[in-house]
Amino acid sequence: MDLKDKLISSFMAFENNVDIEHPVHDVRTEAMKNFERKGFPSKKEEAWKYTSLNSLQKIDFSIFPREENTLEYKNVKKYFLHEVDSYKIVFVDGIYSSYLSETTHDGVDICLMSAALTKPMYRPVIDVYFNKVASKDESLTSLNTAFSREGAYIYIPKNKMPKKPIEIIHFATGNEASLLLQPRNLVIAEENAEVQIIERHQSLTSNEVLTNSVTEIFAAKSAIVDYYKIQNDAPSASLIDNTYIDQKDKSVVKVHTFSFGGKLTRNNLNFYQNGEYIDSTMKGVTILGDKQHVDHHTLVHHIEPNCESHQDYKGIYGDNSTGVFNGKIIVDKIAQKTNAFQQNNNILVSDKATINTKPQLEIFADDVKCSHGCTIGQLDEDALFYLQSRGIPKKEARALLMYAFANNVLESVRIPELKTRINKLIAKKLGVNLGFDL
Amino acid sequence: MAYTEEELKKELETKEYEYGFYTDIDSDTFPKGLSEEIVIAISKKKEEPEWMTLWRLEAFKHWKEMVEPEWANVNYTKPDFQAISYYSAPNKKPKYDSLDEVDPELLDTFKKLGISVDEQKKLAGVAVDIVMDSVSVATTFKKTLAEKGIIFCSISEAIKEHSELVKKYIGSVVPQKDNFYAALNSAVFSDGSFCYIPKGVRCPMELSTYFRINQAGTGQFERTLVIADEGSYVSYLEGCTAPSRDENQLHAAVVELIALDDAEIKYSTVQNWFPGNKEGNGGVYNFVTKRGLCEKNAKISWTQVETGSAVTWKYPSCILKGDNSIGEFYSIAVTNNYQQADTGTKMIHLGKNTRSTIISKGISAGKSQNSYRGLVQVNSRAENARNFSQCDSLLMGNECGAHTFPYIEVKNKTAQIEHEATTSKIGEDQIFYCNQRGINTEKAIALIVNGFSKEVLNKLPMEFAVEAQKLLEISLEGSVG
Repeated sequence: MDLKDKLISSFMAFENNVDIEHPVHDVRTEAMKNFERKGFPSKKEEAWKYTSLNSLQKIDFSIFPREENTLEYKNVKKYFLHEVDSYKIVFVDGIYSSYLSETTHDGVDICLMSAALTKPMYRPVIDVYFNKVASKDESLTSLNTAFSREGAYIYIPKNKMPKKPIEIIHFATGNEASLLLQPRNLVIAEENAEVQIIERHQSLTSNEVLTNSVTEIFAAKSAIVDYYKIQNDAPSASLIDNTYIDQKDKSVVKVHTFSFGGKLTRNNLNFYQNGEYIDSTMKGVTILGDKQHVDHHTLVHHIEPNCESHQDYKGIYGDNSTGVFNGKIIVDKIAQKTNAFQQNNNILVSDKATINTKPQLEIFADDVKCSHGCTIGQLDEDALFYLQSRGIPKKEARALLMYAFANNVLESVRIPELKTRINKLIAKKLGVNLGFDL
Repeated sequence: MAYTEEELKKELETKEYEYGFYTDIDSDTFPKGLSEEIVIAISKKKEEPEWMTLWRLEAFKHWKEMVEPEWANVNYTKPDFQAISYYSAPNKKPKYDSLDEVDPELLDTFKKLGISVDEQKKLAGVAVDIVMDSVSVATTFKKTLAEKGIIFCSISEAIKEHSELVKKYIGSVVPQKDNFYAALNSAVFSDGSFCYIPKGVRCPMELSTYFRINQAGTGQFERTLVIADEGSYVSYLEGCTAPSRDENQLHAAVVELIALDDAEIKYSTVQNWFPGNKEGNGGVYNFVTKRGLCEKNAKISWTQVETGSAVTWKYPSCILKGDNSIGEFYSIAVTNNYQQADTGTKMIHLGKNTRSTIISKGISAGKSQNSYRGLVQVNSRAENARNFSQCDSLLMGNECGAHTFPYIEVKNKTAQIEHEATTSKIGEDQIFYCNQRGINTEKAIALIVNGFSKEVLNKLPMEFAVEAQKLLEISLEGSVG
């Protein structure tokens, strides 16, 4: 039985465990129909031209984990940003771990999707926001919607800001030979609210894990949302991350994606600017080796006038790795005075690495400033020689240059401890110890 | 008198297609529809050898299995391939020695087009192979070229007289089953040009062909094959105008260029097919496959000025197979009213030290859509490949669109690729500056557009540069952003 059929038949089992009277279930059923019709995307589709899901579909994934697993905090401490205090929403094999988590209802709601989807007090919010910005057409998003039950639920009311950053961590313990996880997150920042979120997926064994995650973010007027995605998973883990962002007037949303690990990673990042004077920023650093594959798909839809968007993606590709960047900017007819900027720089460090990039502009308004730039090159030999002539070994010199290359992106990280952490991850990925912090 | 924006708009809208007239010449037209019999009949009609007939049939077989591509960013009613007549040739078909013998009506047509064949012959030193509908009517300067050993004739003549050359190279760059329209063309191509430059010869003049669509309801299926042997050089010009028509006409041409070791081919196009009227009715569908193959140290340079056609779908490409080969692409695409253009290039880097340059300028006005779609591919064995791409778009008015779809695929770490694209409008301050100095708005726009496209215009041969500049002005007059 292939994965699609298995998912379709599992849906019936899933229905036995959720409240099918709840209006959300109609949304699920509708989404399931769409997935049944479309199935997994194939390479024939333009959006999936460079990323194949064929090998993943051959794996016999468990869709519901059999038992609840517990983890000792000391064993997984290193995956938390433990240098600062934070709210934590932790899932182990897709199931909420209250032992590792720290949630709150004090002024803001930082809790679980399962609660939000079942408790009547959340109904008004769910009715307004759930599955409102996520695509109803894209098949993998539909698949997630169909099985949506658990994930993070973050609601920041007007003029509020949580005292500390929020960490969302998904652990996979490897109790199942291969596991499919489908977390569903909902983030709502009301007018003038502010929130910082760090998301991480971590597999603890070499068993196969596929995560098909959907996150919906709503930023109301003048809200500020900072979202950091750390993708440094085990080599057997694959991730399909679908993020949909709805922005209103004067809101600022920044999404940083750091992709260092995992077997196959696909990021679908979609911004919809439903207001004026909006700022959308997406930045990414990708450093790959082995046979890793990372595919960044971004979309910024400028719907209203006077908005800005900034994209800056840097990639360093070694060994047999493959990098894909597809950035799409759409400027609607009425979205005059749009300022859209897109930059994608890549370095290939191996003969067998591949980069496919497609920065795409679709512009229907005339009074706009849109530009994109894209480069593929190598490290500057002269710069390398300069550093070597000053006694820095070649390996470190190379690492230093790569650091400098990626630094633009790190500059806008607003949590210092996170920045340090990412610096360390980069150093580790490049296999050097620079002996000083950058 | 002050020239208001309204007036400009009005003038632009009422600007009818200048060259929209119809020449009444008896044509030998086939019944509408496409079948194996028609393919055989075309081949018979042209007295082709058997291998050619078989080649066409093979292409037809592939075509039947193919579906029309839909990935391009254009919208149009698909042509009904059974409602097209696949062969049309002027009836009076004697070979002329001099222009005096040519049907006077035909000569008149050229006059209206503003090309005096005689004058061009004398002044510009251009050998003009005029394709009126599908069969070559006049070929000039053949003798001068023959002295150098250069073969410049219609492709049907070449199939008969230089069978070996044609057999060796036709379909070698654009195979029959390359794409839907290339397959269609391979099956039914009626005529086109053939050019062969022998080893080490530098072609002494610009070769040019004027294509015209003339017969109502006749698709034009041109086939061009240019072969530059080792160390040779040729500059080839192609220009098009077509009469007004209410139904959409299909143009599916194939151009193959082969540059052997150390050879250089410069291929320039000015395309001004009928773009349809201001309501978007009529106009030519231009679905063209153009591709060149570069051997060692060879260079192919495409320059195009696209102002016409209702729908354009065209990607002149270079396969940089040999080491040190160079590919270039310079393009200006102008769309107005309801025109749609999806154009760009493919640079396939296979050899070592290969270089390519892409400069694309898109100008959209009215309600038109203008897309750049390009591919730069560096294969794993292409050491030190270098590419520079620049795509700039200029938007005039808020009802048009400009789109960019650049694909970049790199598999070699020594590659250096740069791509940049910008989209903007003509600045009000720029126009104000010109106005201030007594240049009216319309002139100012022409000036700015010319400046915007200068990089590409400069690449055109002299004769074309003048024509192209005029075309730009005609196409954009009064489009104040």
